[in-house]
Amino acid sequence: MKVLLNHPVREVEVKGPRRVREVLKELNLLPESVLVVRGDDLVTEDELLRDEDRIEIRPVISGG
Amino acid sequence: MRCRKCKGKAVLDIPRHHTAFCKACLTEFVCAQVERAIAEERMFTTADRVLVAVSGGKDSLSLLDILRKLGYQADAFYVDLGIGEYSRQSKEKVERYTSARGIPLHVHELKEDEGAGINDLADLVHRPTCSVCGTLKRYHFNRTAVEKGYNVLATGHNLDDEAARLLGNILHWQTEYLEKQGPTLPDSVEGFAKKVKPLYRLAEREIAAYAVVNGIDYIVEECPNAQGAKMLLYKDILNRLESESPGTKQAFYWGFLARQEADKQARPSMAEHDRAVLHPCATCGQPTTGEICSYCKLMARAKKDGPATTVSP
Repeated sequence: MKVLLNHPVREVEVKGPRRVREVLKELNLLPESVLVVRGDDLVTEDELLRDEDRIEIRPVISGG
Repeated sequence: MRCRKCKGKAVLDIPRHHTAFCKACLTEFVCAQVERAIAEERMFTTADRVLVAVSGGKDSLSLLDILRKLGYQADAFYVDLGIGEYSRQSKEKVERYTSARGIPLHVHELKEDEGAGINDLADLVHRPTCSVCGTLKRYHFNRTAVEKGYNVLATGHNLDDEAARLLGNILHWQTEYLEKQGPTLPDSVEGFAKKVKPLYRLAEREIAAYAVVNGIDYIVEECPNAQGAKMLLYKDILNRLESESPGTKQAFYWGFLARQEADKQARPSMAEHDRAVLHPCATCGQPTTGEICSYCKLMARAKKDGPATTVSP
């Protein structure tokens, strides 16, 4: 699957099928610090992601 | 995962509350938390005029959205810091959001009114950019609120912001700052608007989720000056603790507030203290503890050290 990351914006490939929580773990990201967006929808940690999916991992932490 | 409330498809799990919500129930939860914060901290009522300081980010735009949804009189104020592409994009988000909904927007342009953007001003006075930015924003937030007839100034500070700031203040034993860490600061003297933080009961992730499910187009990009900022480090540390032990952030910050409340009788109130130490700045008339306020001192220094034609007083 294609995973769009921010700060800086970049795209990485992760092998599916895999649950959201496993993808976050593989990318070393804390669930509390990000949202996972597929299309226009938010997906929860237990959601199964497939190879053909394209997701955005959006950071929620700001420094201001 | 199912929504705990309606059993529909969940879009966000909230481990600190042992729950998960669908889009509609998440919006309801977020609005209820804000309403509770406003009521418990006696922030304002529908009779008050509230100016919301917006940056184009998720917190401030969501706050404006929630307050209007709840029926409050909330308008927007944006400070254009002149940080190149970042400011251009964030201003565009604010203008687009407010114009689409017919929300009055006030704008302060640093380059126009101070004669230089935030980075140049910080260079001129040899101070860290984030510190100069804080001084300028606090000054203009209050001044604009008072001058435009708003009695309350609301900012989008959330639970993560407040917990991280508390951690920073405690790590360095900056106890003098703790008094001002509550979600409400009184309009104790003439020239001060009341300052409130209605999002203090909500985590950053919950607000970001609210923005996404409610179609709020905010700037995801981080301010380029915030890279490596201590606040980000403190937030990361707190989120590591939160992941291992959900509820840590709220126990830390809300626990602090509860202790402050219990200790209230023993100390003079913030309003009494303010009235004893604040008076109008000799230059601009805004309340200050010194003869000249920090904004006027900063601008005088920038004017003295900078090219004569660059910086306005």
